[in-house]
Amino acid sequence: MSELQKTIEPSPPRRLNYINHDWSVASWLWPKDHKRIGVMYLVTITFLFFLGSMPAILIRLELLTPKAHLVTHDIYNRLFTMHGVTMVFFFLIPSIPTTFGNILLPMMIGARDLAFPKLNLASYYVFLIGAILAMVSLVYGGVDTGWTFYTPYSTTFSNSAMTPMIFGIFIAGFSSIFTGINFIVTIHTMRCPGMYWSRLPLFVWSLYATSLIFILGTPVLAITLLLLAAEHAFGVGIFNPALGGDPLLYQHLFWFYSHPAVYIMILPGMGVVSELIATFSRKRIFGYHFVAYSSVAIAILGFLVWGHHMFVSGQSMYAGMVFSVLSFLVAVPSAIKVFNWTLTLYKGSLVLKTPLLYALGFIGLFTIGGLTGLFLAAMGVDVHVHDTYFVIAHFHYIMVGGAMMAYLGAMHYWWPKITGRMYPEGWGVFSAVLVFFGFNLTFFPQFVLGYMGMVRRVAEYDAHFQVLNVLSTAGASILGVGYLLPLGYFFWSLRWEPKAGPNPWNATGLEWQSPSPPPELNFEVMPTVNGPPYDYDTVALHEEGIKHV
Amino acid sequence: MSEAEMPVSMQFDDAAQEHEAATLGMWTFLATEILFFGGVLMAFTVYRRLYPEAFSQAGHRLYPWIGTANTGVLLFSSFTMALAVHEVEGLARRNRLVRYLILTALLGATFIGVKAIEYYIDYREGLMPHFNFHPVEPFEHPIQSQLFFVFYFFLTMLHATHMIIGIVIMLFYVGRTRRADYAHDLRLKIEMFGLYWHFVDIIWIFLFPILYLIA
Amino acid sequence: MNLPQIPYFLSHSASVTGERVDFVFGLLIVFATTIIVIVLAMVLFCVTKYHRHRHANREGAIDHSTKLEMFFATVLTVIALTLFAWAADVYADISRPPADTMNIYVVGKQWMWKLHQPNGREEINALHVPVGQAVKLIMTSQDVIHDFYVPAFRVKQDVLPDRYTTMWFTATKTGTYRIHCAQYCGTDHAAMIGWVYVMTQPDYQKWLDAAPANQPAIAGTPGTVGAPMATQLRSTFNAMGCIACHVPTSSVRAPRLDGIYGQAVKLQNGQTVAADEEYIRESILFPNAKISAGYPQPSLMPSYNGQLSEQQLRDLVDFVKSIRNGWPADATTQPASAEPAKDEPKP
Repeated sequence: MSELQKTIEPSPPRRLNYINHDWSVASWLWPKDHKRIGVMYLVTITFLFFLGSMPAILIRLELLTPKAHLVTHDIYNRLFTMHGVTMVFFFLIPSIPTTFGNILLPMMIGARDLAFPKLNLASYYVFLIGAILAMVSLVYGGVDTGWTFYTPYSTTFSNSAMTPMIFGIFIAGFSSIFTGINFIVTIHTMRCPGMYWSRLPLFVWSLYATSLIFILGTPVLAITLLLLAAEHAFGVGIFNPALGGDPLLYQHLFWFYSHPAVYIMILPGMGVVSELIATFSRKRIFGYHFVAYSSVAIAILGFLVWGHHMFVSGQSMYAGMVFSVLSFLVAVPSAIKVFNWTLTLYKGSLVLKTPLLYALGFIGLFTIGGLTGLFLAAMGVDVHVHDTYFVIAHFHYIMVGGAMMAYLGAMHYWWPKITGRMYPEGWGVFSAVLVFFGFNLTFFPQFVLGYMGMVRRVAEYDAHFQVLNVLSTAGASILGVGYLLPLGYFFWSLRWEPKAGPNPWNATGLEWQSPSPPPELNFEVMPTVNGPPYDYDTVALHEEGIKHV
Repeated sequence: MSEAEMPVSMQFDDAAQEHEAATLGMWTFLATEILFFGGVLMAFTVYRRLYPEAFSQAGHRLYPWIGTANTGVLLFSSFTMALAVHEVEGLARRNRLVRYLILTALLGATFIGVKAIEYYIDYREGLMPHFNFHPVEPFEHPIQSQLFFVFYFFLTMLHATHMIIGIVIMLFYVGRTRRADYAHDLRLKIEMFGLYWHFVDIIWIFLFPILYLIA
Repeated sequence: MNLPQIPYFLSHSASVTGERVDFVFGLLIVFATTIIVIVLAMVLFCVTKYHRHRHANREGAIDHSTKLEMFFATVLTVIALTLFAWAADVYADISRPPADTMNIYVVGKQWMWKLHQPNGREEINALHVPVGQAVKLIMTSQDVIHDFYVPAFRVKQDVLPDRYTTMWFTATKTGTYRIHCAQYCGTDHAAMIGWVYVMTQPDYQKWLDAAPANQPAIAGTPGTVGAPMATQLRSTFNAMGCIACHVPTSSVRAPRLDGIYGQAVKLQNGQTVAADEEYIRESILFPNAKISAGYPQPSLMPSYNGQLSEQQLRDLVDFVKSIRNGWPADATTQPASAEPAKDEPKP
């Protein structure tokens, strides 16, 4: 091709999208576009994820040896609190809803934006202020109470920067409430013509269920933290037994939110996995209605099981039994989902790209996490393993093995849509495998440690626990590499990877009908829906492989 | 100007959809508010059951007539708010709308003022935990009775905070309404704000008997 | 010091209920492993058989089956309920101590355990118990929430300030086992550890008798209160003014204390509670909390909240327990010197 030809050929007019239509500072500081807000969230929580990982690294290094060699007990306590608070309140809870939910929810239902764009922006800034306050607390030495803030230790005995931390979480809670309201209203009122409830993508269903928990649970946590702050600041006895209060009441109020919060973390992940499995099996999802309704069932049942965190707290035995049986029952809708995912794979036409690998990893790890949850719901066994590393392993299988795998899967799947670029497939597969093995090596030994009786939140342990702890630390270092790699290649892809077409996966779903990256108002032509979701039967099955641009 | 012609925000198809979204959004928000107050009312109820006697004795130290007067003020403000919402239609009635909004804000401020005086009385009588808890006439169960006052102040301050936020928003709307840009979206907002204001009143209708009367 | 015997994974629980816990745990392991293997096999099978580039029979794929889902859900629910019932039964075992326990008081504070043997001997971060004897720990905390955990016995229980919680175990093997604090309690939470020494009955007796010089060696078998102990309990009972009303000869009408421990008490509001340590404690501190049927509300008894040390409170609870089989012969007469600690409340 000659130089001449190149210059003569008229360059196509540059297509405007939500990123390049306006580069002014104000348009990035105060965007009303849900996609831009989603991207801002993505950048913020990625930072917070790595911030929350720092203490995890130190924790794992400290636990290489049975004695507290690296840090003192006091520092160790501050480390695990920082890890817990950052990861739970500032990464896992907002992770998928505020990023992929924000960016994709309006596109998936064929809307131009969320119902309340300003509220959406407010939710971001409220979240940011909350996160900054939590970091202010770090500057003042951090908090040493654990992320659960159990009274009377937190209010009366702890000598650490509680006030900014509590207010940070309190304020960030409003971000969740705003997001929840926005999602619920958007799903109810802004679906495009033909997008009936029975045609909603499963990711949207899961966001709907998540939003229910956001709006029903978060206010209770907020008020509980406010009571805690009042007790701490004024020395009055709301939960302090010495002043007539009841510390168990605090635990009830705290877990009333914080158990459903676990479902906030995992439900959007389940939604993501449903999308990935359908797309990469080239097949309609098995039992659409069961997968959809089980999300709502989990959200509702999830509010009735908080007491299983308190089997050894001194609550009455009969209350414990009710909570136990409900906890067993909440496992049923989760199991139904796993059942449906595997049946979707059956007789599919599997495309083993990175997103599917993450989805399959999710199925495996979530199954282990869910089943070990039964061990904890089983009261007699829970008495033994409660507050040990068994619990630590269990909830990391759910939150890291589940939610985090789904998050990374979503990241690879929708990256072309969000940025308009592909990611490097080889590196993607490599890091997915690394994350899976690193994760198992990190957390599986902790089940054993827990049953052997190693309690949580300790910097020192008996010498015979060391071997398993060393294994766990080794796994954590592999896991760390697995998390750093995507950070590198996603940045790289922005410049060096090929452009993605509108629909690189040949997926159904309205978001793929729009160019990548989408224009400011999401669609060039507002869509209508004429058929059921995941209609891969009509997408030609015999085309030669998935188009890669 | 009919409903269909009114300008709508770009994310909506038409005014009807916008109205539906705004209404659902407001009600959802109010649901979260109920749970917000519900958490602390739950805690209050637990302690009331644990220490019925101490709470009853503590409750008798409040002045129901002040509370009753304030209830009246608040109910009247709900009435004027309803009148304001009634006036949002059409530019012609803009002045009346402004008047009703200002009246509502004044009534709200009156409530806050009375509440402040009541707090001062409580303080002087040594009934304010942490700051001055030396009751003129000592309690039989000082610790448990103090707990009552912790909840009394917490609940009423939480409610007052909602009132103050409401008054500020109201004054902001007064300014917007007087300026030329009084438009469709502002009318919708005032209508939704009316729901919020009624809700705050209803919260007080619950708090008043629980704190002042059941003693 | 002999090396502690460490219970290893899925082996050697050293208590009676611990064996039951291990059994249910094993059951759950089998169940969980089966499911995981099925899911993994299914996924691997699909990945290999139905890979995009493999030729496979993809005819007849279905995308829903309500029957299949309902069947699956029903089977799961039944399994879940079975496992629940099994584990709940074990839990009931763990929660309900048998009648003839040897009682040990435990006080947790940042960051140590203080334990009181039945004969009054104190231990710090160590607990000596005879093998084969049911031991009940009656625990409270002086500051924050702790949790008494003996992994080898498969039991733990939160220890709360201002109330008693209890747990029990029967050790089945002699040896030395770890005590941990399992509830995070502040800076040195990790160091709040100790040992349980499970001894044969004669060894335990020998250990009890060999009390250090500063502690009077008191004769008495576990579970009963020796004579000098009883005197101390009585004197607290008298000094606190309880004797003014709570003896059969008193002119004031007050609930009888003899034989009340361990019984079901009917309350004024129609409910029934078990008169355990926590109930007795609560009734001393907050007489109005649970008023016995037939007595006036509010109670005539003054609240002892804030008036008693943990030691005195424990003495009073122990005294009430010591008279479960009736008053000692000389106890019913009020000594002339006994001054009630507080004024009689006006009816």
